Amino acid sequence: MSMNLIKMVVFKRFERVWHWTQMALIFTLLFSGSAIYGVHSIVCFADAVTLHTWAAIILIALWMFATFWLLTTGQWKHYMPTTENFVQVARFYAFGIFKGEHHPYRKTYRRKHNPLQAMTYLLVKIVIFPAIWISGIPYLLISFGIGGFLNDFGLANIALIHTIAAIAITVFIIAHIYLLTTGHSFVEHVKPMVTGYDDVELTDEELAFIKTDEPELLKDS
Amino acid sequence: MSDSSFVRRPLIYTFSILLCCFYLPVTQASAPEVEIGISEYTKTDQEHSRKRVKKESKSTTDHTKLKELQGPFFSGPEVTKVCLECHNTAGHQFMKNKHWTWDYKHPKTGQHLGKSVLINNFCTNARGNEGMCAQCHAGYNMKDSDFDFTNQDNIDCLICHESTGTYYKTPTSKGNKACSVMFEGKPAIEWEKVAQSVEMPTRNNCGKCHFYGGGGDNVKHGDLSSVLFDPPKEVDVHMSRKGEDFTCVTCHVGEAHEWAGSRYEMTVNDKHGTGGKPGMPRETASCESCHSAAPHPIDTVKGIKLNTHTSKVACETCHIPEIARGGVATEVDWDWRTMGKLKNGEGFKLKEYTQGDGHHRATYKSIKGSFTYAENLKPMYAWFDGTMNYTTIDTKFDVSKGPVDINSFSGSANDPDSRIYPFKRMHTTQPYDKGNNTLVYMSLWGDSDSALWGNYDFGKSIAEGMEKNGKPYSGEWDYIETYSYWPVNHMVAPKEDAMKCLECHAKDGRLSHLDDGSIYIPGTQKNELLNIIGLLAILGTLAGVFGHGALRIVATRMRKK
Repeated sequence: MSMNLIKMVVFKRFERVWHWTQMALIFTLLFSGSAIYGVHSIVCFADAVTLHTWAAIILIALWMFATFWLLTTGQWKHYMPTTENFVQVARFYAFGIFKGEHHPYRKTYRRKHNPLQAMTYLLVKIVIFPAIWISGIPYLLISFGIGGFLNDFGLANIALIHTIAAIAITVFIIAHIYLLTTGHSFVEHVKPMVTGYDDVELTDEELAFIKTDEPELLKDS
Repeated sequence: MSDSSFVRRPLIYTFSILLCCFYLPVTQASAPEVEIGISEYTKTDQEHSRKRVKKESKSTTDHTKLKELQGPFFSGPEVTKVCLECHNTAGHQFMKNKHWTWDYKHPKTGQHLGKSVLINNFCTNARGNEGMCAQCHAGYNMKDSDFDFTNQDNIDCLICHESTGTYYKTPTSKGNKACSVMFEGKPAIEWEKVAQSVEMPTRNNCGKCHFYGGGGDNVKHGDLSSVLFDPPKEVDVHMSRKGEDFTCVTCHVGEAHEWAGSRYEMTVNDKHGTGGKPGMPRETASCESCHSAAPHPIDTVKGIKLNTHTSKVACETCHIPEIARGGVATEVDWDWRTMGKLKNGEGFKLKEYTQGDGHHRATYKSIKGSFTYAENLKPMYAWFDGTMNYTTIDTKFDVSKGPVDINSFSGSANDPDSRIYPFKRMHTTQPYDKGNNTLVYMSLWGDSDSALWGNYDFGKSIAEGMEKNGKPYSGEWDYIETYSYWPVNHMVAPKEDAMKCLECHAKDGRLSHLDDGSIYIPGTQKNELLNIIGLLAILGTLAGVFGHGALRIVATRMRKK
């Protein structure tokens, strides 16, 4: 089976808008959330609450769209955990990277994330983000005076879950940004999420299929 | 001088007597000074005679034209008799009022309360000292504890209804001869003029007594001072002429000479008065009765969020950020132990506190001991359900348990009817019965050789106070520390001066002590463990990332070599 390294659209327009909007909202939420928690007072408490509330509402709406998109386009399959190449990628970050080895993983048509990446994103999607909204939505309901049924659980516990999830997100972001530096260059890594295009290894069959069915995905079509 | 701009000079004399407990002579000297003598009531430095813009009366009766009120009158009861001829149910109504009975049976605790029996941690007890204290009884001739509460002719209609500002009351009995100067040189009351001036009570009527509780201007409450006679808007948004120009009875509404607002049983969570529709009942003196329980505009997140505070936080907590504002201080500590120092055999006063309006306040008085003042004071905050419990003369306490709460209150985070409420806390060191572990009635006022004021002997004063009132006394007394708690409701600031979020939503904020797990206050960072875990997780990740990055740089360099 011969392989072709082709520049093609990996991140669809919706995905890119989703990613960068989500980034802006998460930074806004971390900034305002940490002000509410008392880490800083760059914005006053009332403004921080207002900012946090609106950013949260917009992010919830965005996530609804994203979830719908992932499910209906079949893109969710990219996040399914796999053991294929997992050890090689982990080994690369632990040793190979210091020896000047090249990243052992190439994006393919069916897997645009490396196995470590896919597992991390899956964890973010099914554990950390749910933790933030499972606590955040009740918090919001209480804030709007319609969370009476949550009284038994207690705002303190809700806030605790919310804060722990926020810390986990912060940790994820630090690692996420750092890992962008581990390829050829930082810019090289960020670019696909801006333009949508990246080098993908395609089989002949895949290439033929795309050329026929979705020629607009290819750079030079 | 026209009527409206008429400066009521006689009021100065009025108050000199009314404010019997302590008031400061006008002192031109800027330095604090020692003043010989115990009587300080001959002059007052308060400008009670501030111009009052008299509104046009809307009454259907012009009392100046009534032939019944043309007199001549020579005493208060004569006026009262005439009042009650027309207002023929007023007497029966008023004789049920606390201002007359000085008596209150608490419906929840069953405690027998009221001025006639209670002991506080200011001048302590009115009981047995009526000769002095009954100047603020809304009646005539209460000389001792055997007053006839069934004689309606002794009701003092004028103290609440006269509007000339020239009416005054004097102690009903003469005290020690050292105090006698208090009665001298007062202009006679023009009874006819005073009687014809009656109208609905103004803040001048109520304030004469209520702004001077505890023995002087703002001494007791902290949120009720002479500033409220004509407050700037920053001090009281409701009572200021630049604000709503409310009188006391605008909020303390009522019918049949019974009006809303009681410290003994407070409404901290008004469900009755929030109907909010025209004509609905609102015989309640609560913020909610006008503003509802969701008063903030709901067109912003902040407004919505503030409205959800009201199920836990009383309006007063945020909207009265400080008490004793406007230049008149309140007392926060009274130490009776220093009572009785004399200079050349005479009592004296030291005035070493200069308050915001420039007047000097007594920090020492031979008859009372030492005082500490505070201004622009942040209240203390606690859960409060409106019910007060009192340490009465019959309550035995355990001295080993520390300071005695003269009044304590119930309330908790788990009680939906409790709110976080502001209080002024008063600390006092005062005498108690060491043998029986009770508070004591002291004989303060009178011409006996036991009355404290003039004789300066606690032992004799307590013995006489207890004996006169039929209370057991072990014969041994000592000092005890006490606290009393005064709910704060007045001096509501304009909304832009309301407490800022960070006053509470911060580490060591005003409510940090209440964030004990029963409620959650964002921003207080009470969960130390979470702080540590969070910090470790983030710093750990950063360290890992930078370590990994540094290793990569080092490895690359080594490879290049």
